[in-house]
Amino acid sequence: MNVTQTASPNAPRTLFDKIWRQHMVRPQSADAPAVLFVDLHLVHEVTSPQAFAELRARGLALRRPDLTIATMDHSTPTTPRASNGRVPLNDVLAAAQLTQLEANCREHGVPLFPLGDERQGIVHVIGPELGLTQPGMTVVCGDSHTSTHGAFGALAFGIGTTEVAHVLATQCLLQTRPSTMQIQVEGRLRDGVSPKDLILGIIARIGIAGGAGHVIEYTGPAIRALDMEARMTVCNMSIEAGARAGCIAPDDVTFEYLAGRPFAPRAMEWDAAVARWRELPSDAESRYDRSVTIDATDLAPMISYGTNPGMAIPVDGHVPDPHVSADAQQRAALERALRYMALEPGQRLLGMPVDVVFLGSCTNARLSDLRAAAAVLRGRRLAPNVRMLVVPGSQRVKREAEAEGLHSVFLSAGAEWRESGCSMCIAMNGDQLAPGQYAVSTSNRNFEGRQGKGGRTFLASPLTAAATAVRGAIADARTLS
Amino acid sequence: MRPFTSLESHAVLLPADNVDTDQIIPARFLKITDRNGLAEHAFADWRYDASGRPHADFPLNAPGARDAEILVTGRNFGCGSSREHAAWALDALGMRAIISTSFADIFRANALSNGMLPVALSEADHGSIVQELSRHATVTLRIDLASQTVTLPHDTSRRYAFSIDAFAKRCLLQGVDHLGYLLDAAAEIAAYEATHPASLCTTC
Repeated sequence: MNVTQTASPNAPRTLFDKIWRQHMVRPQSADAPAVLFVDLHLVHEVTSPQAFAELRARGLALRRPDLTIATMDHSTPTTPRASNGRVPLNDVLAAAQLTQLEANCREHGVPLFPLGDERQGIVHVIGPELGLTQPGMTVVCGDSHTSTHGAFGALAFGIGTTEVAHVLATQCLLQTRPSTMQIQVEGRLRDGVSPKDLILGIIARIGIAGGAGHVIEYTGPAIRALDMEARMTVCNMSIEAGARAGCIAPDDVTFEYLAGRPFAPRAMEWDAAVARWRELPSDAESRYDRSVTIDATDLAPMISYGTNPGMAIPVDGHVPDPHVSADAQQRAALERALRYMALEPGQRLLGMPVDVVFLGSCTNARLSDLRAAAAVLRGRRLAPNVRMLVVPGSQRVKREAEAEGLHSVFLSAGAEWRESGCSMCIAMNGDQLAPGQYAVSTSNRNFEGRQGKGGRTFLASPLTAAATAVRGAIADARTLS
Repeated sequence: MRPFTSLESHAVLLPADNVDTDQIIPARFLKITDRNGLAEHAFADWRYDASGRPHADFPLNAPGARDAEILVTGRNFGCGSSREHAAWALDALGMRAIISTSFADIFRANALSNGMLPVALSEADHGSIVQELSRHATVTLRIDLASQTVTLPHDTSRRYAFSIDAFAKRCLLQGVDHLGYLLDAAAEIAAYEATHPASLCTTC
């Protein structure tokens, strides 16, 4: 790590450098990490109760409720509401978490978008859609997929519950300056190749620890060509490459997305904010500790075959043979993964039957994701062997999708149309795989048991998920006749 | 927070790379509002069979593992979810130090928040300890934080150095948590807030 590289006041700075310096309450020294100010703290029911308890135990107040917001997403059911509009909540443990969050928010004056609220949704979906996430901010949450918010040119990262308590009490975090990594993406994604395929391709290339200790900045023409929802999908999975955070410089696409959102600046404040945000992109000639270049034009739709997000191949490719790996530990990991997934080396995944298709999660449950899947499913039926869950990322996404009639497409195809939440991505809310089941999932993690004990996950894009639902087996949406 | 100065304990070997926090504590056990009950669920899907009986061949089920305070494991330990429940679960199992070659960033912070020492050794030194553990039923290791070394008490010729940042080391040695340090910065935080008006108001 090079702490001195930005010492000169005129040295070119990266997006990360600029945000880092602007949030320095106390600089890093040889004796201690930096004290970094947090602009937006997102809170949910699963990783916050013990942090609020810590405040209570120490008799501390919540310093900045005006920079804090809470919702319920992880342990909440996504089953359709009862006719009286109530959300069925049969899990007493989950109910206790939700009650605790309500009490904590009431006690400390934190705005809460609870279950049943029209603004409720997955924390990484609602932050951006409400205009809470803005360029140049530091954003934290007790959730590793906080990296999503980096799509706006924010420095956004997940923290543990002890650190949640730090932010509640002081609005600050102790942070050692991470290194920087540029991922330059040349070319342009081909038709039928999604942002999800891009990030799966990047992780397959650099590895699941390839970004450790680094903040990634995604640059290049293929990134500039992405809309905001696509950029969120890419930044979302930065953590799956082990990165501290992932970010993309803000531009007109960013500003256009934010304009008019409920918490975005208005009128003259908007103009001043945009002027400030235009200063954020990395200066020409700025240096990164590491740089990697990828050509988007070379990418095909990707699918994971193993038990971590780095184990991914083109959807029409072959499962690798562990014996080709020279590293004994990698070989052992691959062998274990193939055993868990019950796959053979050299096998093709195309045509392999699956039991469940999950369209959802903070990675791929925004309107564009639902539109992409609906375009494949329109006028078609699910294969009889497949159950498909479509779980919009937020109530707003759900309303917008329904206004376009997307829910009718999913329902006519035989899929389930659910309420918003993390659902089967985290499998702690009633939505889960049975042991041994295979799923194609648009979520972000294919770890053993992630979607339910013994469940087997293939990570893929909404297009691949929808094509698979139609075929009842892993399919390439580009060749679905 | 309990201070960490030195530790002599036998070690358990969990020989896998990229052990993710979903394995350390599966999500279905996160529906709690305190830190209780995590020990029995730690590594649940690796530790127990479908009927809930312990797998005899899982290292943490070995008779000698019960009072081990050191876990030796593979690269990139603790990757994935930010759940601090993973560090709490390991703590509840009695683990006070984890030896690997590298740790996922958030897990490392969570371990330190709980007075648990993440020891990152070189591949060669790590390999040497793994080999020792593979050969013998019980291996005692000594970790000394002040000198930043791992040693084998029965073979003083073997001494493995590790690095740790000065702040984390001081906090562990003194048993102080980071919140006190941040609260002491209150005046600087107030000065920062006064000169950096927020661009957001969630309560307005």
